[in-house]
Amino acid sequence: MEILMSILAGILFMAGTYMVLSKNMIRIIIGTAIISHGAHVLLLTMAGLKTGAPPLLGLKASTYTDPLPQALILTAIVISFGVTSFFIVLGYRAYKETGTDDTEKLRGTDSYD
Amino acid sequence: MTNLVILPILIPLLTGVILLFIPKNIPFQKILSLISGLSLISVNIFLILNILNNGIQTLELGGWQPPFGIVLVGDMLAVLLVTTTSTVSLAVLLFSFYSIGAEREKFYYYPFYQFLITGVIGAFLTGDIFNLFVFFEVMLIASYILIVHGGTKVQLRESFKYVLVNIISSALFVIGVAYLYAVTGTLNMAHLSERIGSLETGAPILTVIAVLFLIVFGLKGALFPLYFWLPASYAAPPSAIAAIFGALLTKVGIYSIFRTYSIVFIHDTGYTHQILAVLAAITMLAGVIGAIAHQDVKKILVYNVIVAVGFVLFGVATLTEAGFMGAIYYLIHDMVIKGALFLMIGAMVVVAGTSHLKEMSGLIKHHPKLGWMFFTATMALVGVPPLSGFIGKLLLVQGGVDSGQYWIVAVMMLTSLLVMYSMIRIFLNGFYGKIILKEADQYGTTKGLLFPCAILVAVSVFLGLGAQALYPLVATAAETLLQPEIYIDAVLKE
Repeated sequence: MEILMSILAGILFMAGTYMVLSKNMIRIIIGTAIISHGAHVLLLTMAGLKTGAPPLLGLKASTYTDPLPQALILTAIVISFGVTSFFIVLGYRAYKETGTDDTEKLRGTDSYD
Repeated sequence: MTNLVILPILIPLLTGVILLFIPKNIPFQKILSLISGLSLISVNIFLILNILNNGIQTLELGGWQPPFGIVLVGDMLAVLLVTTTSTVSLAVLLFSFYSIGAEREKFYYYPFYQFLITGVIGAFLTGDIFNLFVFFEVMLIASYILIVHGGTKVQLRESFKYVLVNIISSALFVIGVAYLYAVTGTLNMAHLSERIGSLETGAPILTVIAVLFLIVFGLKGALFPLYFWLPASYAAPPSAIAAIFGALLTKVGIYSIFRTYSIVFIHDTGYTHQILAVLAAITMLAGVIGAIAHQDVKKILVYNVIVAVGFVLFGVATLTEAGFMGAIYYLIHDMVIKGALFLMIGAMVVVAGTSHLKEMSGLIKHHPKLGWMFFTATMALVGVPPLSGFIGKLLLVQGGVDSGQYWIVAVMMLTSLLVMYSMIRIFLNGFYGKIILKEADQYGTTKGLLFPCAILVAVSVFLGLGAQALYPLVATAAETLLQPEIYIDAVLKE
């Protein structure tokens, strides 16, 4: 199962990187969301998947699953959700203001506009 | 254990929350921000005295014993940086009272300013590596908003790239945390230090993780070759915001490298710290080349931010007492002086109406105070004794010689001269020379703008002249970093 999850994380990184490298703004934004998801899957996998009973004390199990990665991933998901929504709004505003969603045309120049 | 350590985080956080509820009452917002800034400084001075007398202060949040719960650690390095942060942020706040403009003030400028400070201070004080990530995000989200605040075309253009780079580096941070947790099974920095210290030698995966963290923090802290996003995005927002970014944001990245590379990743210093030293040397050179190449006063200063990153990280890489002390001293000095210089450049741009060096000249005729303050700050930046940059650089050179890295010391000397050239050019072209603007033709006034600059220049002069008073504090901070046992004992053994 861990192997499968690792491969899934790898596929997510690959897809996200491909999207980020494109020129279209909305593709880049979706790409960052996918990369974040890849990182979250990796975080969950790295700590080891289900290795025992649910982490509720009192079930008289011999081993318990580590609850920490789930706490970490929850925090990371909330943060990436907030950042992604901000990024979408930013992209929309940039599109409205500059009239293009092509990052090639958003290159900085030394003119003082 | 004491509750005092959380106060520097709580004060700006609560202020920010209160300010959110009174968006229309600008005068009250200003007064409350000012009170918050002043109380932050006084709390920090109290904390410094407390640490000097009683050693490292820790606070277990929620009463969970480390390493299971999140712990806040107020050691000397963290608290010195928090104190500097609060001083700089107060001065920049005063500057923004007069310069940020009514439109921006109406749209929650002051609350987000407070949240930015919360994130920076939290990142300095936390003792848990995932909590560091969370405070990084608090700081970054506030910075995303501030960098685009006002929504001019150039801001929108540059902030898109800034946000993109930081989201990618945040994802890398999560990956780094995942690997670290998989290998060591803990995220508490003191516990990490202990576990890594007890591992058998040559755990290569840890070296990989160390380099991954170097990439993550290097992206935030503008280390070569990861500083490409910095010049354009820092030159885009208004001067007050650029000042707080230049003074504080990159320093959080540097601090994180400093902390992890002195306490956590010390298992294979021959490899990781050598990489850091070489990158620091290239960072100095690349930054100063940029500073010389540009004609835009903002860009010149932004590239000087990158130079300072190289100086501090070279001190970290030497792993000697003098090097560490120099790095800490230079870090504090640089936060103050970069804040001051950004504010003064901001005042210059207000007066001249342009940031291009060729279109401004002879400003000293009508603004002698600004001109001479700028000169003093430039001298402090390049380290003319007895001003503040000198002591930091002296210790850095000593550290470099102690660790035998002579060529980097030579690079540092050369870079310092070139920094001097790049800054003096602003003084000679912008302030001296032919007077092209009459008092009446100027584009704005410096009313209210000079006082905050004067505060920071005075602090900088004090850092130089009062080095005797600061020395024991810096020595204590360096001692904690050189001997991780002190840190581990303070956090894990109550």
